[in-house]
Formats: sequence, C-alpha cells, structure tokens
Amino acid sequence: MARLNVLLLAVAVVCALAVITSQHRARRVFSEIETAQLTQQKLNEEWTQLQLEQGTWATNKRVESIASKRLGMRQPDASNTVVVTP
Amino acid sequence: MRFEKRTPQLRLKLEGWRSTFVFVLVALAFTGLAARAFYLQGMNTGFLQAKGEARYGRVIELPASRGPVKDRNGQPLAISTPVESICATPEDLDEVDDKQLRSLAKALGMEGAEIRQKVARKDRQFVYLKRQISPEQAAKVIALGIPGVFQQREYRRYYPAGEVMAHVVGFTGIEDNGQEGIELAAEERLSGARGSRKVIKDRRGRIVEDVESMRAPRDGQEVVLAIDQRLQFLAHKELKAAVAENRARGGSMVILDARTGEVLALVNQPDYNPNNRANVTGKQTRNRSVTDLFEPGSTMKPFTVAAALESGIVKPETQIQTGDGTFAIGGWTISDSHPNGMLTVAQVIQKSSNIGTAKIQLQMPAERMGTLYRELGFGSIPQTGFPGEARGQLRPWDKWRPIEQATMSYGHGLSVSLLQLARAYTVFTNEGQLLPLALVKRDAQPIGKPLVSREVATEVTRMMEMAVGPGGTAPQARVPGYRVAGKTGTAHKAEAGGYAERKYVSSFVGFGPVTRPRFIVAVMIDEPQGSKHYGGDVAGPVFSTVMGSALRMMAVAPDAPGTLNVKAVAEEKEG
Repeated sequence: MARLNVLLLAVAVVCALAVITSQHRARRVFSEIETAQLTQQKLNEEWTQLQLEQGTWATNKRVESIASKRLGMRQPDASNTVVVTP
Repeated sequence: MRFEKRTPQLRLKLEGWRSTFVFVLVALAFTGLAARAFYLQGMNTGFLQAKGEARYGRVIELPASRGPVKDRNGQPLAISTPVESICATPEDLDEVDDKQLRSLAKALGMEGAEIRQKVARKDRQFVYLKRQISPEQAAKVIALGIPGVFQQREYRRYYPAGEVMAHVVGFTGIEDNGQEGIELAAEERLSGARGSRKVIKDRRGRIVEDVESMRAPRDGQEVVLAIDQRLQFLAHKELKAAVAENRARGGSMVILDARTGEVLALVNQPDYNPNNRANVTGKQTRNRSVTDLFEPGSTMKPFTVAAALESGIVKPETQIQTGDGTFAIGGWTISDSHPNGMLTVAQVIQKSSNIGTAKIQLQMPAERMGTLYRELGFGSIPQTGFPGEARGQLRPWDKWRPIEQATMSYGHGLSVSLLQLARAYTVFTNEGQLLPLALVKRDAQPIGKPLVSREVATEVTRMMEMAVGPGGTAPQARVPGYRVAGKTGTAHKAEAGGYAERKYVSSFVGFGPVTRPRFIVAVMIDEPQGSKHYGGDVAGPVFSTVMGSALRMMAVAPDAPGTLNVKAVAEEKEG
C-alpha cells in the first residue's frame, strides 16, 4: 500500500511538472506567433507602400515626360516605319 | 491533580453554558462564512468573473484594410496604406505644461493654441488632434511621451494615377466609404469588416494569452477593372489636348474592346485630382460619358441604314434623291450642310446626308427603327454598375409624328450617353451582335444579342469606312497603316425652347482595324468654341491619334500597310 502511494505521488509530481513545462511552452509559442503576426502586418504595410511607390514612379505621365524630355525619344511616324511582310 | 494544585485558575469551576455560548458563536461565524462563500462562488460568479477579467483582459480592435482597385494588368489604381491619427484625452492633457505642449504642437505641425482649443471641451473622452499623418511622424509624436496622447491606426486611400483615373475609380470619404465611381459601385466588395479579439495582458502590457478571437477582421477584396491604364492615359492626354485646343466646355471619350464589350478607357474633361479634393466642384467630378446626355446627331445614321438594309427595302447601291439640300415634311424643313443631288445609300452614310437618311427611314414603318434603337440599348440603363447611369430619352415609336420619325433617323429628338452610343457600335464589330458592357475584367467571352445579320453589319462597316476615306465627312479620322471605319456627328445643342444657334456637340464614333476590329473609340467634344465645329474636324483627329496609338501600343498588325509611306521589306530567303 505504502509503495503504491509513493508511486502515485511520483506520478502526480511528474504530471505537475509537465503541466508547468507545457504552459511555459505555450506562452513562448504564443509570443512567437504574436511577433510573427506583427512582422506579417509590417511587411504587408510595407508591401502596399512599395506598390504605391512603384505605381507613382511608373505613371505613364512621368515615364512619357522622361522619355521625351530627358531621353529625347519620340513616336516613330509613318515615314520611318518598316512593315515586314511574310 | 498535580496541575490543579500549581495553577489555581484550573481549579475554577465554570458554568456549563459558557462553553456552549462560545461554540455557538464560532458555529455562527462559520455559517456566515459559508453563506458568503456560496453567495460569491455560486450566485454572483458570472458578474465577479467578468469584473476580474476586466482587470487583466482587454478587447483589441483589429483594423481591416479596404481592398485595392487594379487595372486589367494589375497596376494599382487605388490602394490603402496605413496612417496614424493622433488622439488625446482632454482631461489628461490639462496637466501638461506649456513646454511639453509646444513640443507636441511642433511635432504635429500645429499651433499650441489650436491644441488647447481642441481639448477645451472637458465632457469629451476623446478628441482627434490630427488625422491621417504618416506612421513616421506619428512615432515622433508618441516618442514625446506626453500623457493622454495616443495614436490610432487608420487607412488612407491613395490614387497613384491621379486625375487620369479619377472618374472611373472615384474616391472615398474620410470614414473610408466609397463616394463616387467604382469606390461607390463596388463598396460591398471593397470594404473590409473590422475585427476584435480578447486577450490577457500582463503587468507590462504585453499580450500573454488569447482568451478568444471574437471576430476575425476581414480585409476587403480586390477589384480588377477592365480598364487598361495605358489606354486610359492615352485617351486622357489626347482628350485634354483636344478640349483645350477647341476651347470646349468639356468632353468625353470611351474606348471599348470591340470583341468583349469591356470598357478599356473612359475619360472626361474637366477632371480633378482624387488625392487632393480641396476645391473640387461637381462639374469636375461628374462622369460625363456615363451621366450626361446629348443628342447624338449623325452618329445614329448607321443604325437607321442597318435597319433599312435588314428589312430589305433598300440595297447599298439604291439611289436616293437628296436634291438641293432641303426637304419639307409636314410643314417642317430639314436640310443638309450642302446639296448632294443623287446619292446611293452607301454615299448617304459617306456624305452624312440628313435628307437621305430621312427618306430611307420614311420608306419603312417607324416600328423598324424604333425597335432597333430600343434593342441597341438607347433609352435604358446600360447596367455597368456605375453610379448615376443615365437612361437617355427615346420616345416610343408609336407616338412618333412623321417629322420626328425623320429627325430621329439622323439622331435628333432623342438623347443618349456616350457610353450607350459606343456600346451600340458593338453590333458592327461583332457580326451583328450587341455585346453587354463590362467595367470589371471579363473571364469569358460574353454572349451577344443578334440584332442585325452579319452581311448587314459588314455592309454598313464598308459604308463607314467610306466616311473616313476620300470624299467622306471625316478624312481626318484616318489612321495610317490601318483600315478604320466610323461616323461623325455634329448636333446643335438643345436649349430651352429649341436649338441653340452656335452651340454644338461634335462627336465621332469609330472602330478598327476593319479586318478584325479590336477597339471602338467614341469621342465627344462639348461646345467647341474654335473656328471648327464639325464632328469630322473636331473629334475626327482625336479619334485618329488615339486609335493609331492604341493599335500600335497593343501591337496589332497593320491591315493596310500600303497606306504607310514605306516599302514592305520582303523576308530574306536563306541562300
């Protein structure tokens, strides 16, 4: 009887320790997911900002004005177009 | 006995009731405790647990972002980015000294007095000091560590394409709800739903545990438009130049995909910048091509001729006498811009003869043309989903008087929107089938409504090609290298009590390449003030530039390379 009691006590102690460890691990994993979610949110925000930035830099208006003013490009007219017929 | 001898107190003889009294007192105390415990634990437990949780549990609002609007190639047209609003609790801000207030005002770019004024109302729990500033600026403000000042996450809508897309995309209000254009039309799809979650926070304010996720935030979905940003930009640029050149009151242009009915570009003048709407008036925000009606004029003639060809009362080579350019019907006189004499039906379109069209129309019952007009979508909402779509005016054919029947044949006495007019032309680009319009990108080819036969559509297209050819009304609309077809329109503006003498609406609707149509371009210039007012002179060149650039941009092979002033280079044969 006494031996069984000791055994049960040991089991109880082990269980208690296991609960503590798993609780601790749960907290840690939770804080990890929290950080990850925050990072995700930050990255998402950065992405929209970059999309916006790209959209602003790449507006046709800007591209056209750089092409024609800075690079001196122009649309080819009929006189310097060559049609290659098969 | 030994003890009794040593301690005299134990020798006292106490009365029996005293111990009973103490026992009862103690018993009563325990009963009281048990009752209290039962009351707290059993009956009041819900309330107390809630109170306890309120000490450490917090409900966090989870903001949701509004879905982006993109063009058909995925270019962003409207995007929400996070911004911060700086708020304050007036009560807490009272204790702030002047020095701190000055630094706060400086960081916010405001005056100290302005802040004092904002927080003057003590009955408010919460006031906005400044809304929608950049996260970087907000971080600086928060770093000052002033009590009672905190930030709140919000989203602000940006429109990278600015005024080019203004009328299509529209804009949102400060509460992030759609006010105009697609932002309003697709509000349900675009808007997200805020979420919230309940968490446990520790002493230092870190989140330790999720109690429950009450409502997950739902971000808005993206909307992919049928619009092509490059074509839109092209249309915007050319229309703006044309309106300025003709000193016109306004103008509109629509580009449709000739095979799918998708709206590829839709622009209006005047416009506005949706990113800065400080002094924007209704005149600028109005999406004229959808909401404004005008008398289409001669651009309706192809439909009249199509109805006549379809019923078999005339053939393209049938001769029509247009005489000296005037023609009397029931006390009214209609006229051509100059006398044309004897014309074939094809030439009636080519020269845009009012008398010719009227005479063709008077040979058939009014029902023919009336039904076709209605089936083409005139007088009914185009159902693109755009807010404020105009229906247009088309009186039922059985109420037409003979003069009305005649004027109706060349586009007077009814009103249409430019979008309706452009759509009607899909019967000519799609083998006689009318296509439904789409503002949102299509996945599959839509089913058209057959209204005229393929032969008639081809025949009328040939006549419209003559209109942009030599001897036509719009040689300016020609596009080098491509076969295009189209029809001019010049209408006097209807004003109270009749037609205005010197106010016109000049338009041109056409498509190309004729061999396999890709685009329908409809141009409308409202009240050109220059020396020219004919559709061919005012709207024709705009059509030519836009159509030519659009076809080149989309790498459509020229179907009339002979009109280019170049030699065709033969492919080199390998030796």
